[in-house]
Amino acid sequence: MTFKTILTATTALAIAAPAFAADKAQVQFWHAMGGELGTIVDKFATDYNAGSETCQINAIYKGNYTENMTAAIAAFRAGEQPHVVQVFEVGTATMMAAEDKGAVYPVYKLMQDAGVDFDQSAYLPAVISYYTDTDDNLLSLPFNSSTPVMWYNKTALDAAGVAVPTTWDEVEAAARALKANGVEKPFSMGWQSWTQIENFSAWHNIPMASEENGFASLKTEFTFNNDAVVNHIQRIADMGKEGLFGYGGRRGDSRGMFVNGETALWINSSGYYGGFKTDIKDFEFGQTMLPLETSVADAPQNSIIGGATLWVLNGHQSDEYKCVAEFFQYLSQPEQQAFWHQNTGYVPITTAAYELSKEQGFYETDPGTDTAIKQLSLNAPTPNSKGIRFGNFVQARDVINEELEAVWAGDKTAREALDAAVKRGNALLRKFEDANS
Amino acid sequence: MQKRVIFRSKSLPYLLVLPQIVITLVFFFWPSYQALESSFFIEDAFGFSREWVGLRNYAELFADPGYLRSFRTTLIFGLSVAALALGMSLGLAVAANRVLRAAQVYRTLLIWPYAVAPALAGVIWYFLMNPSMGIVAYWLEGLGVEWNHYVNGDQALLLVVVAAAWKQVSYNFLFFLAGLQSIPKSLIEAAAIDRAGPIRRFWTITLPLLSPTTFFLLVVNLVYAFFDTFALIHATTEGGPADATSVLVFRVYNTGFIGQDYGSSAAQSVILMALVMGMTFIQFRYVERKVNY
Repeated sequence: MTFKTILTATTALAIAAPAFAADKAQVQFWHAMGGELGTIVDKFATDYNAGSETCQINAIYKGNYTENMTAAIAAFRAGEQPHVVQVFEVGTATMMAAEDKGAVYPVYKLMQDAGVDFDQSAYLPAVISYYTDTDDNLLSLPFNSSTPVMWYNKTALDAAGVAVPTTWDEVEAAARALKANGVEKPFSMGWQSWTQIENFSAWHNIPMASEENGFASLKTEFTFNNDAVVNHIQRIADMGKEGLFGYGGRRGDSRGMFVNGETALWINSSGYYGGFKTDIKDFEFGQTMLPLETSVADAPQNSIIGGATLWVLNGHQSDEYKCVAEFFQYLSQPEQQAFWHQNTGYVPITTAAYELSKEQGFYETDPGTDTAIKQLSLNAPTPNSKGIRFGNFVQARDVINEELEAVWAGDKTAREALDAAVKRGNALLRKFEDANS
Repeated sequence: MQKRVIFRSKSLPYLLVLPQIVITLVFFFWPSYQALESSFFIEDAFGFSREWVGLRNYAELFADPGYLRSFRTTLIFGLSVAALALGMSLGLAVAANRVLRAAQVYRTLLIWPYAVAPALAGVIWYFLMNPSMGIVAYWLEGLGVEWNHYVNGDQALLLVVVAAAWKQVSYNFLFFLAGLQSIPKSLIEAAAIDRAGPIRRFWTITLPLLSPTTFFLLVVNLVYAFFDTFALIHATTEGGPADATSVLVFRVYNTGFIGQDYGSSAAQSVILMALVMGMTFIQFRYVERKVNY
């Protein structure tokens, strides 16, 4: 079996679209929101369709972020692309390169052409700065944006008699106390590259690559094998040897460890809030800001976002694009945004939605849910903390995953692994530069 | 005397094999050719630009220690899967062949796993072995084995080997059982009369007479382990931890579909294709000599 056959098969699956409602302009919207989140996305589409005479949004779940993006690209190559595709933040460089070549219909232009009222300044700067071009035009619509926070099991912390940690020294001490109190793997995290390298760097205002973390040019080179990150990774590895840290797999695979109480301190996306609210019954949980490494910085800078945005692909009818523009406008309204924010834990993308949530008293009834947005807007972003933009970054993250796993298994030291990750990552960056210049 | 059947018209036989040839051309030769072609280019994800780079994709692969490690992993994986699947199914087939009561029930149950799609088999094993919630992992912990295939690469490899072999046992079982049943009873009875015990009868009569089946299954199992285990690995370990279970076919997917690096992915599939052609050649050339038909 060659990869082209797989490609053909994926495309064939991709074409199998759902049943069409009669007469309305059909818009295909491919997303990667499963479970709870998928239900809300479906609700948005259904509500919008009910209120529209002319448009029908077909929201289709296509698997996880990578699968969704890959499916859309394969479909594009076969001329069967959806109108809207949800792409996670690490795919941004790939999509931007495609925008230069005409595969992408930039959002600012879409709104202009469709004559839909669109005020970019209504959006939170920390969120949209990640997705604007050099002239500050918005290329894709932020949809679900989150940032890593530290989730804690309050019941377990109280039982062990420790306060919620705010620095890494405190995390280590708390983990020791929790372990002594019978918590199996006190500390863990998910999306390790995002939380422990990308955000660790931004939070302490150190660059992870040259050329403004890739924003300035494709010539960027990784530099995250610096002392600060190496020491940090080594600290986690040492915690692992002591039984204070348990690795639970890539992405969100370790979620179960937090939910069943095996882990009491868990660093991962604020977007887990909605699921936790329904799934965690036997203990009290909360979220707090990322811990600070006091030997690296005196105060935190700001964290960077993760999550995904909606990209519009070229090659369809203008009346369908008008529907896309209207749907985007609908999604950006404070009511939808506040609903999304409050039910999922993703940050609101507009200031109005943030204000509305405040007004509704959400942060009083659900304390801690503003952690993410506070982290993002803690300080004005610096070139080290406004985001990252690397080509082939999906692969580079896999490289980082592999190297970090070698550290957790005790096969490599943090220094060896990060040196190797930088070297392998740079090869990927050069390859992207070659393919896109 | 042999009766000879000859087609009257010359075109009819060609016409009859035509559908098969068309299918092979469209579904095998055409994609293979395209893979070969893409392997000499680098191109961007959306397919706008294409640049001829000659053998650079290949050179990069062989300069990558991760890729070379993948060969080792694949070899260990393939041989272990084939050995485990063949051994287990042979044992089961011999046992099922002797069962007198409710033989049909045993056979049906043993064939069952074959009907499970590879991805589903992967998910089943994922749940059984999950370090936090898996029942088998829980039992192992009771036995004092610390099971965490998210960290321990050897355990992860063991997991995918067992899962892949489990999936293939049914298929092998069917062939072995059929093979066993075609061995003339009289031979075995004659040996028994000559006072050969069951073990000796197995080694000197059953096994040699099964050799055509065993050889066929060996080829099929190796091809299975090399190519068809993608879904299973994708659903259980995703090639990790580190790259402990990243077999060649998984790398092809990862590079092409996760990384959007079509050139390198194509080069890898060309190498894989060459590898299997070589392997099959060796098997038919050298191993087959030891087979008694």
